[in-house]
Amino acid sequence: MSTTTVPVALRHAGHLTGRSLRILRREPVYLAFTLIQPMVWLLLFGQLFQRVADLPGFGDTSYLEYLTPGVVVMTAMMSAGWAGTGFIDDMQRGVMDRTLTSPVSRGALITGALAYQAVVTVVQSLIVFGVGLLAGARYDGGVAGVLVVLLCATLLAVIFAALSCAVALTLRSQESLIGVSQFLTLPLAFLSTVMMAPALLPGWVGTVARYNPVDWAARASRDALLGDPDWPAVFGRAAMLIALTLVMAWLATRAFRAYQRSV
Amino acid sequence: MHHAIEADGLVKTYGKGAKAVRALSGVGFTVPSGTVFGLLGPNGAGKSTTTKILTTLVTPDSGTAVAGLDVATEPGRVRHAIGYVPQKPCFDPTATGRENVTLQGHVYGMTRADIRARGDQLLERFGLADAAGRVTKTWSGGMQRKLDVALALMHRPRVLFLDEPTTGLDPEARAGMWAEISGVTAADGVTVLLTTHYLEEADRLVIIDRGRVVAEGTPEELKGGLHGDAVQVELADARQQEAARRAVGSVPGVGEITVDGARLHARVDDGAAPLPGLLAALETSGVPLASVTLARPSLDDVYLRHAGRSFHSADTKVAA
Repeated sequence: MSTTTVPVALRHAGHLTGRSLRILRREPVYLAFTLIQPMVWLLLFGQLFQRVADLPGFGDTSYLEYLTPGVVVMTAMMSAGWAGTGFIDDMQRGVMDRTLTSPVSRGALITGALAYQAVVTVVQSLIVFGVGLLAGARYDGGVAGVLVVLLCATLLAVIFAALSCAVALTLRSQESLIGVSQFLTLPLAFLSTVMMAPALLPGWVGTVARYNPVDWAARASRDALLGDPDWPAVFGRAAMLIALTLVMAWLATRAFRAYQRSV
Repeated sequence: MHHAIEADGLVKTYGKGAKAVRALSGVGFTVPSGTVFGLLGPNGAGKSTTTKILTTLVTPDSGTAVAGLDVATEPGRVRHAIGYVPQKPCFDPTATGRENVTLQGHVYGMTRADIRARGDQLLERFGLADAAGRVTKTWSGGMQRKLDVALALMHRPRVLFLDEPTTGLDPEARAGMWAEISGVTAADGVTVLLTTHYLEEADRLVIIDRGRVVAEGTPEELKGGLHGDAVQVELADARQQEAARRAVGSVPGVGEITVDGARLHARVDDGAAPLPGLLAALETSGVPLASVTLARPSLDDVYLRHAGRSFHSADTKVAA
């Protein structure tokens, strides 16, 4: 790769991100749709299972305080699962063909889609977190804690957006993409400590959770919001998220080759 | 003469093993700079695959493709030199016309001032200037198709690829579209390669059938070999095609008989004059008919003559 290709690819990615953000600005109702589910989790689930926090071993936070960071990262994951639908729209029209005959690199197409998802996630996360605070959740972690929550949510979003793009490029149908996304996201949310404290998980769920990126993001976020966080543990989980982000972004770029072999 | 496009021995197979489909079996042609060149053939003949190879979308199994530069070795530079209008609409329906051309300009690394000037010029040229500020999904179908072409011309390509640019447009819109395309391409000396169902849209054409080039020439040359009118006889029973062929062959003034399933095609020199004799011959041989039609030479006839089967039967076989 020559020294000029990277800046060109970044500029292309920037223009493509801008294109997606313009769509969102023009029809912000889509963002509102993605926020309905987290509100249900946060406000209804948070109310219904209030007494869970009384269980021995749960810890001394309220259930809403426990749940809010988890719902932030869960929302990031679920909304990112739709990221590939843009590619399928472009494929069903001639947009993808035209783009692939232009100088835009495959890397820039993926980067543009992932950067867009990252921006959307920050906005969503701030809204969900804000609703948690309005409902009464209080944290000692301060600004640093909130920044870690945003970072973890964004990384998790990029991981699942990359997966969604890879699936989109491989299966090329909205129905299949939605199926795969639904099949993955809800079980992953439940096989983690998003809803239930680590000490109270059944043994096997605890074991699975250790390998679940949703759990890495949820734990790092909750820990960072404590008054005196265990920073090495937080950064350890964040580092795993970063590593997985890079792997998934690479995989999504590779999926373009498979797509191009078959058009 | 300098060639803007050269294709040589292009072979492409999709899929593997028993499910493999041979899309191209050695397509080759050259296109002189500054001309409008057509690829003609039914759906599935290999036109789109040829276009996709030349536009770097698809890699051929073998053969070479040159669009100014070698597509296999310098795809990056080829992409800067070409413009491509796919069969399906390729603009962003949620953006305005102006936003569409601006993004396209950025993709090709044009300066802001150039994007503005070239965008204005093309929007004006294609009669889209008044609508440029409106979101494109509210535009008419004809305007949307023009935007597709304007986008492909944004970066002043040397070669423009058009995949069935006028399919679905009424004859008037088709003529208007061509006036605008040729206005821009002639001024810039752009070479145009298009896939089409219309002979008259190109200076020169190749006819493609089942992944091979079966004929090449100007529209006049391709039509020129056809004398007289075409008779098409629809047999009531396809099993009687041999009897029908013999009966029709015995009639004076009737030639070039081909049989395609239950359809028999023939040429008659002298308008409707041999028709009564032809009908009588079939009657005598006891071949029942479903219908008989007489027509001026058409694309179907050109195709039938060069590919040995009718356009429509080739089209339906692929669809089925």
